[in-house]
Amino acid sequence: MVGYSLLLIVILSLVAYYVGRGSARRFAGGAGSDKVHSLPGYHGAFIAVWVGIPAFVLVVLWASFQGAMLDNLVISSLPQAFTDGKSPAELNLALSEIRNLASGRIFGEPAPEIRAAAERLLAWQHIASWAMVVVAAALMILVLVFARTRIAPRFRARNNVERVLSALMVFCSVVAILTTVGIIVSLLYESIAFFRLVPIHEFLFGLKWEPQIAIRADQVAGAGAFGAVPVFAGTLLISAIALIVAIPIGLFTAIYLVEYADDRVRNVVKPIMEILAGIPTVVFGFFAVLTVAPAIREAGGLMGIATSPNSALAAGFVMGIMIIPFISSLSDDALRSVPRAMRDGSLAMGATASETMTKVLLPAALPGIMGGILLAASRAIGETMIVVMAAGLIATLTINPMDSVTTVTVQIVSMLIGDTSFDSPKTLAAFALGLVLFIVTLGLNILALQIVKKYREQYE
Amino acid sequence: MSETALTGPVDWTSDQAAGRRRSRHAANRRLQFYGIAAISTAVGLLGILIATLVIGGYPAFFQTKLTIDFPIKAEYVDAADPAAGNYRNVVRDALRELAPEATTPAQQRQLGQLLTNNAQFFVRDAVVANPSVIGRTLTLTLPAADPIDQLNKGLIDRDLPESQRRVNDLQLGYYDTLVAGGRVSAPFNWALFFNSDSRFPELAGLAGAITGSFYALLICFLISFPVGIAAAIYLEEFAPRNRWTYLIEVNINNLAAVPSIVFGLLGLAVFIQIFGIPRSAPLAGGMVLALMTLPTMIIVTRNALKAVPPSIREGALGVGASKHQVIMHHVLPLALPGILTGTIIGLAQALGETAPLLLVGMNAFITSPPGGILEASTALPTQIFIWADSPERGFTSRTSAGILVLLGFLIVMNGIAIFLRQRLERRW
Repeated sequence: MVGYSLLLIVILSLVAYYVGRGSARRFAGGAGSDKVHSLPGYHGAFIAVWVGIPAFVLVVLWASFQGAMLDNLVISSLPQAFTDGKSPAELNLALSEIRNLASGRIFGEPAPEIRAAAERLLAWQHIASWAMVVVAAALMILVLVFARTRIAPRFRARNNVERVLSALMVFCSVVAILTTVGIIVSLLYESIAFFRLVPIHEFLFGLKWEPQIAIRADQVAGAGAFGAVPVFAGTLLISAIALIVAIPIGLFTAIYLVEYADDRVRNVVKPIMEILAGIPTVVFGFFAVLTVAPAIREAGGLMGIATSPNSALAAGFVMGIMIIPFISSLSDDALRSVPRAMRDGSLAMGATASETMTKVLLPAALPGIMGGILLAASRAIGETMIVVMAAGLIATLTINPMDSVTTVTVQIVSMLIGDTSFDSPKTLAAFALGLVLFIVTLGLNILALQIVKKYREQYE
Repeated sequence: MSETALTGPVDWTSDQAAGRRRSRHAANRRLQFYGIAAISTAVGLLGILIATLVIGGYPAFFQTKLTIDFPIKAEYVDAADPAAGNYRNVVRDALRELAPEATTPAQQRQLGQLLTNNAQFFVRDAVVANPSVIGRTLTLTLPAADPIDQLNKGLIDRDLPESQRRVNDLQLGYYDTLVAGGRVSAPFNWALFFNSDSRFPELAGLAGAITGSFYALLICFLISFPVGIAAAIYLEEFAPRNRWTYLIEVNINNLAAVPSIVFGLLGLAVFIQIFGIPRSAPLAGGMVLALMTLPTMIIVTRNALKAVPPSIREGALGVGASKHQVIMHHVLPLALPGILTGTIIGLAQALGETAPLLLVGMNAFITSPPGGILEASTALPTQIFIWADSPERGFTSRTSAGILVLLGFLIVMNGIAIFLRQRLERRW
C-alpha cells in the first residue's frame, strides 16, 4: 500500500506540474506577457511541490506509526476476561502471536480470543492502508485545486519554489546531525537502563566478564558479571598487534613511494594499496580463520608454544594487513605536504635520500603521521568482522598474544545476534559497550584531526 | 658543530672520508631496501589472500552431479495426484537398481547418502511437471551429496584410513561403480547463483543473498543519493560560514569515522525498536547503510561541486540567472559525472559492509529470495559470514566462492566508476 501511495504521489505531482505549467502558459503568451514574473515551468513546479511534499510526509509518518497504533488498538480490544491478571510481557507475547496469526503464520492451536483479535487486526490493517491512500489522495487534490487559484502573471512562483528547495536542502544537511543525535541518544538511553542494573564503576573497573546470565528464571547459567576490563584489554591487545604489524609496513611503503619510487612503481603500488583498502572486512575475517590462524597455530606448535585456535595474534595480524593502506596513504600525504624547498635544500647540501628522509621529512611530517596512526588505531578498535570471526568469545585478562581474547565489538555482536529482549542486562550491556566504543573512537578521531589540522596550518 | 668545521680544511680524499661516505650510502640503501621489503610484504599478503580464495573457491563453481534412472512406478505415484507420491521409495529403488549388491539396510543407507538429501523433491517436481512419465523411467541428473562432491573434486584423500575419511569404503565402491557407468559429471554450478541458502552445501546458493543485497542497496541509494546531494549543495553553495555550518561539517567528518557497528546499534534501537520495521528486512539494513554512506556522498558531491570553475557560475549569474538556476542548470549537471563516480564507490563500500547488517538481523537462515523490502533476507556479506560459520566442509569452498562473487561485484562497480570518470569527467 505504501508503494501504491508513493506511486500515486508521483503521478499526481506530475499532473499538478502540467496543470500549473499549462495555466501559466495561457497568460504567458498573451498580451502583457512582459509582466509575467516566473517561467511557466516554475508555476508547474510550484503546484507539484506543494502537492507532493505534504502528501509524502503524511504517507511516511502514517506508515511509521500505523503499526504501533494498531497494536495499541488490538491490545485494548482484547476482552477483559482475557487480559486480566496478565503481565505486560505476557500481553506482548499475545500481541506477537496475534501478529503472526494475522500474517498467516500459525503455530499450534491459538486461543479463540487470539483468533478473533487477529481477524480484527487484519480488518483494521486493511482499513488503515486504504484510509492512507484515500487521505493522501484527498489532500493532494485539495492542495492542487487551491494552489491552482494562486497562479497569476504577477505571482512569484520561482521564489516560492526556490524557498521550498532551500528548506529541503537545510533539512537534508540536518539529517547528518540527526544521525549523530540518534546515535548518542539511543546509546545513552539503553546504557542508562543498563547502569541502573549494574553500577557504572563495576562495569568500568570490574575484572570479571561473564554475560551469559539466565534470561528466564528457570535457566541454569552463571550469576553474571559485567566487569568490562578484560574486554577492553583484549581490544587493546588486538589493536596493538595490528598497529605493530601495520605501522612499519605502511610507513616504509610511504617512505619508499615518496623518496625512491619512480612513477612506474608508484602507478603499480598505489592501485594495489587501493585494492587492499577496498576488500570487505568479512573477507579478511575468513582469511584469518581459514589461513592465518591455522598457520600461526602450527608455527606455535613447532616452537613448542601453546597456541589457542583463535589466538589474538591471528586476528591482530590480519587486522594489521587491513590497516596497512590506511597508514601508508595517510603517511604518504603527510610526507608529500612537507614543503618542497625543505627537501631540495637538504639534498642540495649533499645529504643522501635517506638522510633527507630521516632528518628532514620525517620530523616535519611527524604530526601528520601521528594523526594517521591515531585514525588507524580508532579504525582497529572499531573493526568488527575480523575479530568476530577470528577472536574468541571468552574474556580473559592476558597480554599473551597466543591466548584467545575477546573484544568490545565481538561482545556486542554476540550479545545482539539472534532474538533480543530489551530488558535483559545482557542486551543492554551491548549498548553500554557501544557507548564506550563510540566515545573512544570519537575522541581518537577528534584528536587526530586536531593534530593534522594544526600541522597543516604551520606550512600554509 | 660549527667549531669542528672550522678547524681546518677537510681532506675529502682520505680513507676516513671515503669510509664515512660508504656508510652513509649503505644507510641509504638500507632504507630503500626496507621500503622494498615493506611493499613486497603488503603485495605478497594480498597475493596470498587472493590465491587462497581462488584456490578454495574455484571448486565450488562446479557441482558433481549423478545421472540416475528413476523408474516411476504406479504403485508409488498416483497419476491423479502426482504431487503426493511416495518419492522416497522411488529414489530408494532407483539407487538399489544401480548397486544390487547392497542388500543389508546399513548398506542401503550408505547408498542413499550418495545423492543429495532433497533428491526425492527433485524427482517429485520433475514428475509433477510432466506426469506422462508415470509408469516409465525418468532419467535425471541430480546434485551429489557433499562428501561425494568433495571426493569427485579430489578434496578427499582416498588413501586415508577409513575412520579418518568422510566417505567410507562402501560409498567409495558405489561411487566407483557410478564413475565406471559414466554417471558422474561436474558441470558449471548454476545453482550457486539461482538457489537460495540451504542446510545442504550441495544445494546452497547465493540468489537470496544477492536479492537481499540488491534491495538493501536500492534503499541505500534512494535515501543517500538525494539527501547527500541536497546537503552537499546547501553546505557548498548556500550555507553562510558560521558556527552552525561549522558544526554540521565537523559532524559529517566525524560520522564518516564512526565504527560501522555503532550504526548497527542505532538501526536496532531506532529503526527496529521504535519504528517497528521487521527484523532482517532489507529496508532496515538499507536505511542503516544509507546513514553510513551519507557522509561519503556529501564529501564526494562537495568535491565535485568545488571542481566546477567559478567562471561558469559568474557567467550564469551575469546573464540574470538566480542562484538556484545557476546551480540546477549549470553547476550540478557539470558536477554530475563526479557525483556519480563517488556514488558508485560509496555503494560498493556499502555492499561490503557486514557488521551493521548482523545487528539488524540480516543473518537469518532464509531459504527463498525475499519478495520485497519488508521480508526477511540475508545480504551477500552476511551470507558469507553464515557459511564461514557452518561446520560442513562443503561450505568452506562455498564461502570462498561467495567471496569471489562479492569481489566480482565490487570490481565491476569500481570499474564502472573508473570508466565514468575517464569518459565523462571534464578537466578544466
